[in-house]
Amino acid sequence: MDKYDIVIGLEIHAQLRTESKMFCTCDNYSVGAGPNKNTCPICLGMPGMLPVPNKKAIEWTYLLGMALGAKVAEKFCFERKNYFYPDLPKAYQITSSTMPPIIGGSVEIDDNDVLKKIRINHVHLEEDAGKLIHPKIGEYSLVDLNRAGTPLLEIVTEPDLRSPREARIFVQDLRSILRYLGISDANMEQGNLRCDANISLKPQGQKELGTKVEVKNMNSFKMIERALEHEVKRQEEILSENKKIVQETRGWDDAKGKTLGQRSKEEANDYRYFPEPDIPSIEPNKDNSIDLKEIKNWLPELPKEKRIRFETEYSLSKQDADNLTSDLDLARYFEQTLAEIPQVAGNDEIKKQKAKKLANWLITELLAKLNGQGISILDCKIKHQNFAVLIEKIDSGKISGKIAKEIFSEMFVSGRGVEEIIKEKGLSLISDEKEIETIIRAVISENTASVQDYKSGKEKAFGYLVGQVMAKTKGQANPQIVNKLLKEFLDKE
Amino acid sequence: MKEISIQQVEDLAKLARLGLTEQEKTSIAKEMTEILNYAQSLNEVNTENVQPTNQVTGLDNVFRIDQKIDSDIPIESRLGNTPSVEDNFIKVKKVLD
Repeated sequence: MDKYDIVIGLEIHAQLRTESKMFCTCDNYSVGAGPNKNTCPICLGMPGMLPVPNKKAIEWTYLLGMALGAKVAEKFCFERKNYFYPDLPKAYQITSSTMPPIIGGSVEIDDNDVLKKIRINHVHLEEDAGKLIHPKIGEYSLVDLNRAGTPLLEIVTEPDLRSPREARIFVQDLRSILRYLGISDANMEQGNLRCDANISLKPQGQKELGTKVEVKNMNSFKMIERALEHEVKRQEEILSENKKIVQETRGWDDAKGKTLGQRSKEEANDYRYFPEPDIPSIEPNKDNSIDLKEIKNWLPELPKEKRIRFETEYSLSKQDADNLTSDLDLARYFEQTLAEIPQVAGNDEIKKQKAKKLANWLITELLAKLNGQGISILDCKIKHQNFAVLIEKIDSGKISGKIAKEIFSEMFVSGRGVEEIIKEKGLSLISDEKEIETIIRAVISENTASVQDYKSGKEKAFGYLVGQVMAKTKGQANPQIVNKLLKEFLDKE
Repeated sequence: MKEISIQQVEDLAKLARLGLTEQEKTSIAKEMTEILNYAQSLNEVNTENVQPTNQVTGLDNVFRIDQKIDSDIPIESRLGNTPSVEDNFIKVKKVLD
């Protein structure tokens, strides 16, 4: 069924992690706070209250605009979007979509080495609504307005995405940008990054867009891809039966694995937008009210730039560089650990060698553990310096890969140093030839049959004997020395 | 002349969660029609080349710095106007997501 082109546009909401809310001084961080603790007459929508915009939220909006290569509007205005819902105490949301602060811009996504520019229509700044809880029993809902008034950016794309996969990659890239800028926690599972999609199909080659359906309730990257894939299939089936797509809002039900038609918010589709009379317009260039030059200086190295630098500076593969830079904290951990390895300074070749080894350890071992236990790199107990020591010990042959993993596991749990663990567990690699010789003599005298096998040409017997030596030393003997000495001994016999 | 229908009044009343008697619906429909028609006289003004008015205060760029200050009004008072509260949640008629 390859007859249709898929057209997807996204609306992404990202909560800003400012200290205070958008229009009042309430604490903007409510994790663990009791219901309605962080509220005041302004965010509760009491009559006569006067909302005053948070300057940082506006500056961060411009910062994102600059990161997206967008245009900063000369003037933007807040406005009221009216609708009735219990999570919205004023019965209107203060937003700015009609005259938005940020216009245009783009994100270049990379889908298996195919680069594609996804255009942004605009970014606007608004306030979040409260949270509704629906107890299973009882004919009522509960409202918590701690979230009401949290600054919220809405990023609206052009319908440039052509597959559910592209949509997922785009949101992941945007999340990275938001995190690199330090303006949002951008965590989908925790709801501070949310994504709605408009999706339609049209016969291949046709210019006019098909009827679009809005898909909501996708709370993870995986869900975005799954929900949209399901929606593509659903629409394909309808169209192939020559039926019409109904323009509607559908919610993704992850447990059922399908989208379901949602009842609209009581058919209130006329939002009666009008300018917010209580908040004067924002004109950043007027009297230098907002220092756009200074904001430009805040721009950090962005994810793509960092990835490219990692590829060149450390000779990492694109895949490795991508893995390390997808999370800013992981990228930092990598660079700080690398800097702790003594020979790295001033020697590019050694730096690249060590970088490759460290990258492997971080991506295969550390990330597996972190992801397995669902913890962030920021909570990783292994100090940079200790990780650097571990890499050094492996590199210089002082410990084997197997022992390194054992030490690593212990470091991960306790955060203790490498030497300490080696001493306590007696894990040091035995490189002392005298010590190994003693063990080899014992193994040879205990395994005369295998020695005979080896002498009669059975190479396998050699491996068996090496295994016996390693077993006696609990894997701590330096395997190269064991090989060398054992051969000498057997050939002497 | 635009007439507000009883149906429109009923839709609005539902959104606003207002219970109206039949008599109220009729009188509100009539009053709203009059109000809207009065406001329609604004359409007589030629607004070509006129910038939309966003503000009448003459002000622009009013901000505050990003600093949290907890409300000094106790939560009991803040929630004092709500008809029903449960464990500091505001209790409302069941709504579906």
